[in-house]
Amino acid sequence: MSDRFSLRTEDLTIRFGGHAAVDGVSCAFRPGELTVIVGPNGAGKTTWFNLVSGQLRPTAGRVFKDGRDITALSPSARAKAGIGRAFQLTNLFPQLSVLENVRLAVQARQGAGASIFRRAARLDDIRDEAARHLESARLAGVAHYPAAALPHGDQRKLEVAMLIAMQPDIYMFDEPTAGMSVDEAPAILDLIAEIKKDAAKTVLLVEHKMDVVRALADRIVVLHNGELVADGAPDTVMTLPVVREIYLGVGADDEEEVA
Amino acid sequence: MSDQSITSPSAIPDTRRRVPAGRLIVYAVALAIALCLAFAPFLFPDVRAQEVAARICVFIVLVASYDLLIGYTGIVSFAHTMFFGLGAYGTAMMLKAWGPGFDAIMIGGGLGVAAALVLAVLIGLLSLRVKAIFFAMVTLAAASVMMVLANQLSDFTGGEDGFTYQVPRLFSPAFKLVTDADGKVLRLFDVPLNGKIAAYYFVFLGCLVLFLAMMRIVASPMGTVLQAVRENELRAEAIGYRVVSYRTAIFCISAVIAALAGVLRAVWLKYVGPEVVLSFAIMIDILLMVVIGGMGTLVGALIGVVLMSLAQFYLKDVMEIAAEATAGVPLLPDLLNPDRWLLWLGLLFILLVYFFPAGIAGTLMKKGHHR
Repeated sequence: MSDRFSLRTEDLTIRFGGHAAVDGVSCAFRPGELTVIVGPNGAGKTTWFNLVSGQLRPTAGRVFKDGRDITALSPSARAKAGIGRAFQLTNLFPQLSVLENVRLAVQARQGAGASIFRRAARLDDIRDEAARHLESARLAGVAHYPAAALPHGDQRKLEVAMLIAMQPDIYMFDEPTAGMSVDEAPAILDLIAEIKKDAAKTVLLVEHKMDVVRALADRIVVLHNGELVADGAPDTVMTLPVVREIYLGVGADDEEEVA
Repeated sequence: MSDQSITSPSAIPDTRRRVPAGRLIVYAVALAIALCLAFAPFLFPDVRAQEVAARICVFIVLVASYDLLIGYTGIVSFAHTMFFGLGAYGTAMMLKAWGPGFDAIMIGGGLGVAAALVLAVLIGLLSLRVKAIFFAMVTLAAASVMMVLANQLSDFTGGEDGFTYQVPRLFSPAFKLVTDADGKVLRLFDVPLNGKIAAYYFVFLGCLVLFLAMMRIVASPMGTVLQAVRENELRAEAIGYRVVSYRTAIFCISAVIAALAGVLRAVWLKYVGPEVVLSFAIMIDILLMVVIGGMGTLVGALIGVVLMSLAQFYLKDVMEIAAEATAGVPLLPDLLNPDRWLLWLGLLFILLVYFFPAGIAGTLMKKGHHR
């Protein structure tokens, strides 16, 4: 069974006690489409991300990747199925080198993680590919530094480089430019724009900065109190009364709930 | 916005991986230790030194295999001596039952290793999903049960006293490994090339192979994944690694290596008992050696084991000499009395942990490395 949607959630719901953090979200995404997910603090954007990438299990509802039900799969199995996720709070392997961080992602994709007695040729490929990803993320100069030693902006870049190294079908970015300086954010946005060119990839992006949203979004999905309240082309969605109401009520604060 | 990010990456000058001085020192020391062990029978020919050298060899493997768990993967287990004991008891019981022979070592050792593997799979699959503290408790329980079994099933295990047995003739001191023209045992550097030498090199080479295998494991793709699991389990899972599988796999590998070390120990000692292969005192020794050497370094095992073994075996002798030398001075001879050796050992540990918080190898290797 297959459908033309690369990713679909059906009535996706998670309750923490009585509180529904994500409440019956049904939403579908096509390849070649970049969707920005917006919503005020606590709207459930990151929680919805966690449900899709498997860090959280839903109370109800299902997740489909290319028509296949993946609701029961572990995060690692979903990663293998092509769902790649970058995290809002920097989530690296701090004591490992920058190169090793990316190499791990390449290696996971190639299924080479379990090999004990292989080292030479295969690993060179993996390392070269990892080095290429670092190059395009402009991190080649710090390849041998422990990830923890990088400044915040570079850690964010590494986070994105690791996602790109996974080469997933579905890219999920959770506020990739959060906390970055004005001169640094474009580097990340260029990387995302590059991915967008590939018609086979689906990109989901949680972002607050309106200039970013305008520059990249093909479509905007608005979440509020865990519910999907608007979904459509950027121009139409941003003028909807319900969206204006939400945003005017909350203001343009850039902080987001903790994952 | 964060202005710290402006400093990168152009401000960081050197892109090449430099080898810090600390790392060189550690490797030099490790190499020196390896060479000393390789020629131990000729460098330190007395009987006691040979016992110490053989114990050091086996413990390096045992401690390094424990480092795979605690240092590389972040798994805390108290069952490591259980696996060590299984290998040793398997070999010993078969040698006792079948009499001396390599078939008994192979079959008995093989059974011991197999038992260790089965137990490791069971413990791993049943409990590596739970929190680290519960896993540690499960391993503690399993190790205690094994200890009780070894003590109670005295018909098979000799109980608390353990038992002695014969090893193949090749390893007995009376065996002439190399003879001269007269049929007498040949001496090299005044050391007779007898079965004792054969036994030592059996242990040494076995340990060398196991240690090199572990070096290979940590340098392999899997080695990096293990460190990733230690560093950030959630992220490792998120990029596509099944963390439970990797944990179980390394737990099994580590158990098998510990059991093989047990086989070597049993062949050398010609005796097994809870005190020498199974007790919690050994588990604590392993823990201390890993911590002193440096967790997650593997070469730290060499340094930790040598330092601690030398202290355990020779601190008393040194203190005796020191006490005699200071005989005229008030108080000092009493403090340096060999009976107080544990006090000084404790003091030594405290100083080591204070000055080398990441272990000797760990701390030295970080020096000169940017933090």
